[in-house]
Amino acid sequence: MEASTPRLSATLSEGPDTVLSAEVRTAGMVWLRELIRFERTRTRILTGLIQPVLFLFVLGYGLNGLVGSTAGFDFKQFMFPGIVAMSVVTTAIFSAVSIVWDREFGFLREMLVAPTSRASLALGKTAGGATVATVQGSIMLVLAPLIGVTLTPLLIVEVIGIELLMAVALTAFGVFVASRIEKMESFQVVMQLLLFPMLFLSGALFPLNGLPGWLQALTHLNPLTYAVAPLRQVVFSAQDMPAAARQRFPASVELFGHTLSVGTELAIVAAFAAVFLVLAVRGFSRTD
Amino acid sequence: MAAGTATKFPPQGIAAAAMAPNVIEVDRLSKRFGDFSAVEEVSFAVREGEVFAFLGPNGAGKSTTINMLCTLSRPSSGAVRVAGFDVVARPKAVRRHIGLVFQETTLDDQLTAQENLRFHAVLYRVPRDQVDGRIARVLDLVELSDRRYDLVSEFSGGMARRLEIARALLHVPKVLFLDEPTIGLDPQTRALMWEDVLRLREEAGVTVFLTTHYMDEAEYADRIAIIDHGKIVALDTPMALKAAIGADTVDLQTADDAAAVAALGREGYRLESGADGVRVFVADGEAAVAPLIASVGVPVRHVHVHRPTLDDVFLHFTGREIRETTQGEGVSMRARAMHSRRR
Repeated sequence: MEASTPRLSATLSEGPDTVLSAEVRTAGMVWLRELIRFERTRTRILTGLIQPVLFLFVLGYGLNGLVGSTAGFDFKQFMFPGIVAMSVVTTAIFSAVSIVWDREFGFLREMLVAPTSRASLALGKTAGGATVATVQGSIMLVLAPLIGVTLTPLLIVEVIGIELLMAVALTAFGVFVASRIEKMESFQVVMQLLLFPMLFLSGALFPLNGLPGWLQALTHLNPLTYAVAPLRQVVFSAQDMPAAARQRFPASVELFGHTLSVGTELAIVAAFAAVFLVLAVRGFSRTD
Repeated sequence: MAAGTATKFPPQGIAAAAMAPNVIEVDRLSKRFGDFSAVEEVSFAVREGEVFAFLGPNGAGKSTTINMLCTLSRPSSGAVRVAGFDVVARPKAVRRHIGLVFQETTLDDQLTAQENLRFHAVLYRVPRDQVDGRIARVLDLVELSDRRYDLVSEFSGGMARRLEIARALLHVPKVLFLDEPTIGLDPQTRALMWEDVLRLREEAGVTVFLTTHYMDEAEYADRIAIIDHGKIVALDTPMALKAAIGADTVDLQTADDAAAVAALGREGYRLESGADGVRVFVADGEAAVAPLIASVGVPVRHVHVHRPTLDDVFLHFTGREIRETTQGEGVSMRARAMHSRRR
């Protein structure tokens, strides 16, 4: 096969590729690289499971004694959708971190000097991180029977759909932040300052209705709030929950006195995702 | 290195290159950072198939120039055409036609050699049906075919550098840019890498533009541009550069230097005398030794013949030795790379 190309300088024949399909191929390649790296670092998959599992069992069982159960429904079951969300969010953000690593190890330069659109790179990176985060979040579902959460095929499909939307929003956000940051250390600091408040003020770990007004205002600005709520709503709707339990463990978000529907919440997440994607593409286009 | 000397002036080297069209044209190129002029009114042209070296100390403007040629940095003024495209007006077209190897490695070491190459092939739009063939071909060129499916993290520094050169050739560039390609490599690996580069020129017909601060490496080039303080102070073949700074010298230490100077002066030799002997300037140092000793008239204690080296050339044009200015560079460059990989 090499013999048929005696001179390297024999020019490449132009393929039938249009510019658009070349850009799609580029994004696809960046996406594929994320998956290869994810699959190849099994330890990362494991360590990514440890933190949510720890939260679920330690915090879940710990607070369970304090909160008690209502009509057979307890705090662990309440927390479970939140823990799935937490797993998606941390994986999404840390997938975006790999941009800072790529900068550190030089591979980012290989991507940035290529004769390709930066938007394809940013979109491929976001798609890759979001896919990985969705996979990681879905792995958490195997714990559902242990917690006493019933899974149905429909529920699994719904959860994966919501995870994906949430993962796109969060990865895009992470890509935007990472594209503006040059040092690993600063990224860690920024993420610790953003990630934990976002998680704690999203309703993932405890109901938000008891919070003082100013903290509630913050939860309403938090994109995660609108992603955790629908996740919990679809999980709860598949459970056999008495009205008293639904009263005790609210799932939906209230905004200006209105209870938001799952559709509205997902639309808000999609809007956040769109804004973050634009920011990510712009951030990536400006980086050098 | 035997292969180096054998392939130093191959048939398609200078002679053929003289007929070849220009693949890089630089016209009064300048780059200013505030008040500081990093590159000042630099003009030159590189012909297709040439190995062209930018030689200069650290901070002379080598990397600044190569970055402008590669569209990675915008010129303050002047014009550059690479592979027929203007670097400012058509940066993507330029990048599609050049291969880049940076000082620092830009491989993903969690991927295999094959995966790194495939990634590059897609980003540089190598047609789908040609990707596999191209990957096999470039790996073969740098003799890494048997490592195709190995993770790059298992590669030595020299192998990684060769893989980067292979990758840079994947999309059939017209020009291969190598920025300090052998920095951080041991002498043996450097020699191997040069065999690769010279073979590429022969087999692939690719033009090679490189920067270096190693004199012995510049010797491999068809032409050398010596750059200092942002200006090209000399540009020619290594041989012509050496010839330009003058003839060979023969240093004599005699029993009576004054008498020797007088005797040789009568014979019409061009010479100067110093504390440690008499220096005679001749066309061919080795051939001149016997007649010199015959006509000097006093006993000769010591004879030393010296032919100009590139070090002398560099000293002549810049007023200092390159080694002084680049001492400990290996260490400092790496340290700098660690601090700011993105430069």
